[in-house]
Amino acid sequence: MEAAIIGVGMTTIEKSKVGETYADLAWEAVNKALNDAGLGIDDIDNVITTSSDFWDGRTISCMAVGDASGVRYKNCSAVEGDGTFGAAYALARSLSGDYKTTLVTAHSKGSESISSIITNAAFDPIYERGLGLDMISACAMQARAYMHATGTTPEQLALVSCKNHKNAKDNPYAQLPMDITVKDVLSSEMIADPLHKLDCSPVSDGCCAIIIANADFVKKIKAKPVWIKGVAFCSDAYFMGDRDLSKAKALEEAAKKAYSMAGITNPQNEINVAEIYDAFTYQELMWIEGLGLAEYGKAGLMLEKGIFNRDGKLPVNPSGGLLSGHPVIAAGLYRIAEVVLQLRGEAGGRQVNAKRGVAHGVNGLCGQSHCVWVLDKEK
Amino acid sequence: MEDIFKEIEPQVYKSQISVPYQWWAGETASKFFITLRDEKKILGTECPQCAKVFCPPKKTCPFCYVDTKNWKEVGPKGKVITYTVVYRQLAALKKNVPVAYGLIQLEGSANAMLHYIEGIEPEKISKGMEVEAVFADEKSASIHAISYFRPVK
Amino acid sequence: MAKRRVAIVGTGQTHHRSHRPDVNGQELIHEAVTRALEDADLSIKNIDAIIIGNMDHFEGINYVDCWSIDGSGGYHKPVIKLTTGGTTGSTLAIGGYHFVASGMFDKVLIIGWEKNSESDTTGAITTAFDPVWDRLVFAGAISGLAVEAQSYMAKYGATDRDGARVSVRDRKHACNNPHAQLRKEVTLEEVLASPMLADPIHLLDVCPRTDGACAVIMASEDYAEKITSTPDWIWATANRHKYTYLGDVNWGELDSMAEASKDLFKKCGITEPRKQIDVIEMYQPYSFAGIIWIEDMGIVPRGKGAEYIWSGATDMGGELPINPSGGVIACNPIGATGLIRCAEAALQVMGKAEARQVPDVNFAVSTGFGGCMWTDMLLHGKKKPNL
Repeated sequence: MEAAIIGVGMTTIEKSKVGETYADLAWEAVNKALNDAGLGIDDIDNVITTSSDFWDGRTISCMAVGDASGVRYKNCSAVEGDGTFGAAYALARSLSGDYKTTLVTAHSKGSESISSIITNAAFDPIYERGLGLDMISACAMQARAYMHATGTTPEQLALVSCKNHKNAKDNPYAQLPMDITVKDVLSSEMIADPLHKLDCSPVSDGCCAIIIANADFVKKIKAKPVWIKGVAFCSDAYFMGDRDLSKAKALEEAAKKAYSMAGITNPQNEINVAEIYDAFTYQELMWIEGLGLAEYGKAGLMLEKGIFNRDGKLPVNPSGGLLSGHPVIAAGLYRIAEVVLQLRGEAGGRQVNAKRGVAHGVNGLCGQSHCVWVLDKEK
Repeated sequence: MEDIFKEIEPQVYKSQISVPYQWWAGETASKFFITLRDEKKILGTECPQCAKVFCPPKKTCPFCYVDTKNWKEVGPKGKVITYTVVYRQLAALKKNVPVAYGLIQLEGSANAMLHYIEGIEPEKISKGMEVEAVFADEKSASIHAISYFRPVK
Repeated sequence: MAKRRVAIVGTGQTHHRSHRPDVNGQELIHEAVTRALEDADLSIKNIDAIIIGNMDHFEGINYVDCWSIDGSGGYHKPVIKLTTGGTTGSTLAIGGYHFVASGMFDKVLIIGWEKNSESDTTGAITTAFDPVWDRLVFAGAISGLAVEAQSYMAKYGATDRDGARVSVRDRKHACNNPHAQLRKEVTLEEVLASPMLADPIHLLDVCPRTDGACAVIMASEDYAEKITSTPDWIWATANRHKYTYLGDVNWGELDSMAEASKDLFKKCGITEPRKQIDVIEMYQPYSFAGIIWIEDMGIVPRGKGAEYIWSGATDMGGELPINPSGGVIACNPIGATGLIRCAEAALQVMGKAEARQVPDVNFAVSTGFGGCMWTDMLLHGKKKPNL
């Protein structure tokens, strides 16, 4: 594909950024991305903001960040859902020939609302919502289905948490850098069996921005591009009871398409780093398998062998992932930004050796809809 | 650069979005709920192409994208596909913890429905367990016409 | 300009009503989608991706892209949600255009929908505005529009009679459109005698609340010409979502329309819009906009909008018919409304508008309005655009 990411900007991810509005967050991330690319706002010819009316407690939530994202004199649009989807539309605009440079933002402040009630509203109002489920209780059911189908153990889940919180210690943007043990995870509060408190990502505030440019524009600037080789997204059935919750079929399909666009035939060998949507510990393992980075049911064993550690063969979430900071909506765009830093060799203490990486985002309950990005140092 | 905001205490303005909603169930769900309330029967709809029977019923099959045709009675027995027991009093919960939820596949149905599992100690719930619907005493044309699912004795 | 040409090859609409209790949201969406597929003689298997949108707080459903799968046909397909308030429908159309133009997908299904009967429309819209500044003092849809109308009237001496003339036009046009919700002619006197909502806006000057869905199928050139002999080519798109705060708005002129029009017409080489454009489907939620916004669009000079409307030029049979469908005043399922404008413009170009057909349409414009006085626009053409 003839497009690259030429700039990224992230705010720190925090439990509560009480002193800053959405616009303040966007302003910070956008300016960091512009500086990173060595561009001014006038070099940007269109903008995509990503937000959620539910999470922001505001109808037309994109309105809150329009000024801060520089839309006033430009063409623009807004995606609702994870930032990887916002970036997918931005990519389409950059490739359409109508635009050269698309600025993408994604923001969320979980601290301003109650996530249980917000995610309860994702359930069908006629058949399900009145039962009082939310994202955690739904995902607990998926965790059990996955563990039962694959034999993945609570200890293996806990190990994901240990790895990611430890990785976060070298990520200045992360909310929860921690040294914890498997025992700490397993003895933390049981929220919804089998998910303990330390199996779950926190509620967070943050904003991320990236700049996507078409190949002609990239030639003209000094910034170090990271090339977009494959992007695909795919949705599964909506009702949890219509799906086999123990498998990530939609992710498999999206990954297959993204790899085929990128000319990748053996992702386990050809991908060097992965930033994955680990809203819960079990999800990192399930999504690793869905992405073809491990055989089905084998991610837990590979994790135990250290393969997904930062010094392993295939580092997963060297940033610390969502478990170390989860600004919903922005989380997937942070994954893309992290892979960009890795491929540019600018990831500081969390740097791994990588030429090609994959970033991943999720929409909906129990990973209904996935977006997969394959990024490369080389064109 | 001088931080001109250094001494300022951030103010937090509290509000909530309180919009009243009335969701039209549509004819398919209405038939399901009315039959549940009046006859204590659980109905599914059948896809004429893939022959799957759906409960909760659907007007259209998401897999074949055609209108479903026949009503089929399903359940009231079924099995637990997966489950969880919630121990933290999450804000969305309508009951006091522990609350057990299951995905229940009813006999004769190809998919599964979400509901409560009760009448058993939460630790004893297991995947594959046989359960049956317990109908509510109070008449209601909603998902609450089933109180919960309990183990088959 | 685009790397490859994009055309609309099929459209589908529900018969829009104030209440649709016989179907839930997913089922309503399904109705529009099956009609669009039938129109293009395609099956859901032929669709590569789905773009869907509405306004969350009208139905209170989070992650609508995920929830709507049973209706949209998105099982194991790429599905993405775009939403920008009132402009959602036109935003979706612009999205479909870019996804196809980019080469990422060949055939895209675009769905806008709303069941406005399921909530309190004004209550939900009020939450669109800044919670600390605007929401407490000045919000909701009609108040802002009334300020616009008053500002314009003060500047150019227009009257509420001028506004009423636009309403008479659109309501008459709606009688030709089987999909419109309100299909009843009204007189000037009836409009002026209807209850005053917010001075100078009377009840019959504004749009209703509607349950409805619209689906549009866009395809790349190589597929488009196989699917239909009369594709509606998208020449270009443009939009401006200029303002964040109501206090920033330049009331009395729609800056976003003025700037988007300039951008759009420049991209397509349109120099004399009044002569070159044959029909406009405008997202015009109240009557006075029909006067003000054609000035912003450059159809007539500033202050001349009312005169142009009274001349009959925008009526069916006139020089430049506007809203042959009856427009938004006759029907407003908000998340679908902008996409309905796009679909109606496509029907005009394709020659499939039946009783509401304007003869010999070469160019049509469809628009979207919403947010904080924002505008989206598409230019539709019978001939292929240059690459």
